[in-house]
Amino acid sequence: MPRRAAPEVNAGSMADIAFLLLIFFLVTTTIETDSGINRKLPPMEELEDPPVIRERNIFTVLINKNNQLLVEEELADIKDLRSLAVAFLDNGGGQNEEACNYCQGDKDPDSSDNPQKAIISLKNDRETSYKMYIAVQNELVAAYNELRDREFALLNPMAGITYVEAEKRYNDPRTSAEEKERLSPKLDEVKNRFPQKLSEAEPNKSN
Amino acid sequence: MSKFKKKKSGDLPAISTASLPDIVFMLLFFFMVATVMRDSTLMVSNTLPAADQIQKLDKKDRIMYIYAGKPSSRYEDKYGTQARIQLNDKFATVEEVGAFILAERAAKRQELQNVLTTALKVDGETKMGLVSDIKQELRKVNALKINYTTRLGAYSQNMK
Repeated sequence: MPRRAAPEVNAGSMADIAFLLLIFFLVTTTIETDSGINRKLPPMEELEDPPVIRERNIFTVLINKNNQLLVEEELADIKDLRSLAVAFLDNGGGQNEEACNYCQGDKDPDSSDNPQKAIISLKNDRETSYKMYIAVQNELVAAYNELRDREFALLNPMAGITYVEAEKRYNDPRTSAEEKERLSPKLDEVKNRFPQKLSEAEPNKSN
Repeated sequence: MSKFKKKKSGDLPAISTASLPDIVFMLLFFFMVATVMRDSTLMVSNTLPAADQIQKLDKKDRIMYIYAGKPSSRYEDKYGTQARIQLNDKFATVEEVGAFILAERAAKRQELQNVLTTALKVDGETKMGLVSDIKQELRKVNALKINYTTRLGAYSQNMK
């Protein structure tokens, strides 16, 4: 007696099963945000004798409890913060050994001597909202990135990418080691020209 | 006997659904690949503020997450509406942050222990007082690399 051929399995319900799984994954999916502003906190131990910093080399940004901005003792709008910070960092008003040969600013004697010395000091109130704080941080980082982009383009006219893109590529784990090695000195040079010196004071208690 | 059979007019031929499973499977695979399983359920409202000067976070095994914000609506009766910190799956006080970081750090592989980043997922409406307290605690345990997790968008979205 010849063997009977196995009957074909009906695949009509496959779509239903796949739909069921699909709907399960649709419901459970949450696209996680995995990007943000990187910061480094200062270590706990205080310096014994803090270095003397000239007042003109400090760019003070204050946010009060009503989320208003005080930039260099003057009320300012967040729209202008980026350009104010760029103007301060790029000023290059120093003389002799403090002179800055790549700055394109106004060389105002009342503003920063050199980007190496320029410090942005950020102070907020305990009642300041986190949203506002992030907005200010964002604008200050943007000011640094704007200047670094400019320097990167000047130093590497053939690169075809901006500083921000280059840094992104450098931090990408998929980038090959050779490329990282190639990018590293370029990035360091730009970082050296405009070091990110952003100091944060501890917030005062509001009454 | 007619040479040309007259085509039946009227009823449309049924559309073949044989490729439907293929399409569904395609979608299914997309969602399976794109899904990231959360390892903790959120107990606080977490509308992240917007920023556009952002950098991507490191690999997932090098990150420690700290959530903060107002308790979500179903925890409101029990925990009130003051912004709180969430560590793993429970609410915590500021003092517990340090111990949490040390425990998380100890649980990671030796070679990763020095490259850990703390991701602060803080709701936009939170006051800076709480964030500063967390930052102070992080400084105490020497967890200095932090990341303010934000979503991509213009800063002006934060002003509303």
